[in-house]
Amino acid sequence: MKNFLFTPRAAVYAGIFIVLLLLPKMINAYHLSLVETGLSLAIMALGLNLLLRYTGVLSFGIGAYFAAGAYAVGMLNMYWPEYYTFETAILASILVSAAVSALFGFVCVRHTRIFFSILTLALSMLLFAVLEKAYHITGGSDGIRIPIPTFFGHEFEGMRRFQFLTGPYYYILLGIFSASTLIMLAIVNSPFGKALQATRDNELRAEMIGVRVRRFRWYAFVIAGTFSGLSGGVWCFVSGHITPEICNWVFSGEVVYMVLLGGFMIFEGPIVGAMLFTYLRLYAVAATEYWMLIIGATLVILVLLLPGGVTGGLYDLIERFKPKGRAKAGAEVKHA
Amino acid sequence: MGLIYALNGLYFAAFLFLTSLGLSIILGVMGILNLAHGSLYAVGGFIAAFVIGLSAGSAAPLMILAAGGCAMLATAAVGFAMETTLLKPMYRRPLEYQLLMTFGILMLLEDGIKLIFGGESRYASAPFDAMGSVQIMGSTYPLYFLFVMLVAVAAGLFIWWLMVKTRLGIMLRAIEMDRDMAQAMGIPMRALTIVAFVLGASFAGLAGALVVPTTPAVLGMGMDVLIMAFIVVVIGGLGSLKGAFLGSLIVGLTRSFTVAYFAELEMPLLFLIAVIILIIKPEGLFGQK
Repeated sequence: MKNFLFTPRAAVYAGIFIVLLLLPKMINAYHLSLVETGLSLAIMALGLNLLLRYTGVLSFGIGAYFAAGAYAVGMLNMYWPEYYTFETAILASILVSAAVSALFGFVCVRHTRIFFSILTLALSMLLFAVLEKAYHITGGSDGIRIPIPTFFGHEFEGMRRFQFLTGPYYYILLGIFSASTLIMLAIVNSPFGKALQATRDNELRAEMIGVRVRRFRWYAFVIAGTFSGLSGGVWCFVSGHITPEICNWVFSGEVVYMVLLGGFMIFEGPIVGAMLFTYLRLYAVAATEYWMLIIGATLVILVLLLPGGVTGGLYDLIERFKPKGRAKAGAEVKHA
Repeated sequence: MGLIYALNGLYFAAFLFLTSLGLSIILGVMGILNLAHGSLYAVGGFIAAFVIGLSAGSAAPLMILAAGGCAMLATAAVGFAMETTLLKPMYRRPLEYQLLMTFGILMLLEDGIKLIFGGESRYASAPFDAMGSVQIMGSTYPLYFLFVMLVAVAAGLFIWWLMVKTRLGIMLRAIEMDRDMAQAMGIPMRALTIVAFVLGASFAGLAGALVVPTTPAVLGMGMDVLIMAFIVVVIGGLGSLKGAFLGSLIVGLTRSFTVAYFAELEMPLLFLIAVIILIIKPEGLFGQK
């Protein structure tokens, strides 16, 4: 990590960051709001991948924490409008999603593999049922409207939602997204991240060398949940309206799809996946009433033909054209 | 009224049992959690509604037989197609690919249903109306509900007989216990895996067929059932017949009584029960470690 600033990866990051910074000048407002959706979802995808890639458990209920974050913002506005500012909203989404994931995670981390997936799915449906049934508290299936907040005392008075989203909010979101990416990068490369990977590769061995397997898995669960909550917290301003559907397991399934679409064996894969999925879904919905057919078909083809996702596929392609004799890291992607 | 609630609970448990039975067999033998199971149930429901619509006017048992038979055949065919083309390459793959594959199939099936049957709800209450009702201890109760319970018990006994008494069942259980060893013993894995999947799929179809006389077939009808079946499997233990039976009873009765007394607590209470059982006994009531 110490020399991160001088690696080619840091240069690429800086390049992409500059492009993203200049993006509002290059593309129209409509595409910009799609990019915003993609950037917000990418934070959640990174969180999910901490569980999938680095901890080796597949959560099929990550939407629960996303919803916890988004509903924290919505309910803050409903019940304590005097405290409704961007910074308190984000703080609330982080705290609430951390609390919910700590609670749910406590039950889930006792299991791995299929049982873990079923449990995370079932618990997210529990939250879904609560959000939908408690009509007088959460607005039920009508959901909650999310108005434009103030930002560190700055009022966006008179600004229309559209102007706010394509103007100042894009830079706020970009800042939060960049910070989250760097924090996640630091987490996976930290001793804690390495310990997680040890529990993934061999639970018993990790336990023997002194890693507290369940405890660490729980920490990872809470970190992933908090990332999702933050993602929900920044996303709800983009969407302007939240419903319990974001807590439905089908949404969580789509997030898993995002991560695999981008390629979960590469750190940046989920970010690419979140962007691609946002566009894919939008075009599918715009093109036909049967958009699930398109998403489903692409998913099936992806799983069958491109298990490494888009980044994994590119990686393999680059490896193929490299001079022979170099280590074939692509092999790891293919069979992992 | 308590008796009626109990009977309603048993009726609901009957559906859950039929659905979770299939899910449990597939999970046990193939090690795959079939997220598209609820969609197979929906396929069965739509086919049955269609058949009942065609055979309107004939005797109730005939209608049910035709609807159930067609639904089972159709879901068996869909299951066979699914297994041999899309799931076959998944057995050697990690869990995430297996789950995503069944998730993709779910999307394909849901929109496939919409494409073939259209988006409207389909009503098919003819068999339910034709069967009338009976008097039980002073209250009127639809005969159809009792019939469904009977079918579920029969299905449970059939699976028990199949798994315990026949050679096929012994081989299936051997696969469940130890795949590699079973293969080494010369058990025809491919054929049996297909049998297990088709069997599980057709049970989902049967459950779907039996539900349409009481509630119309609608898009997404399988989603709630799938979640309920998950809870049943979690409570009862993965791949256990006894577990599926007891789990269905617990979920069915709990649901019936909470809906009657505090409707808003229905789902939360079910999940709470599941979580408590998991904390006390992580592998479920009858699950193996």
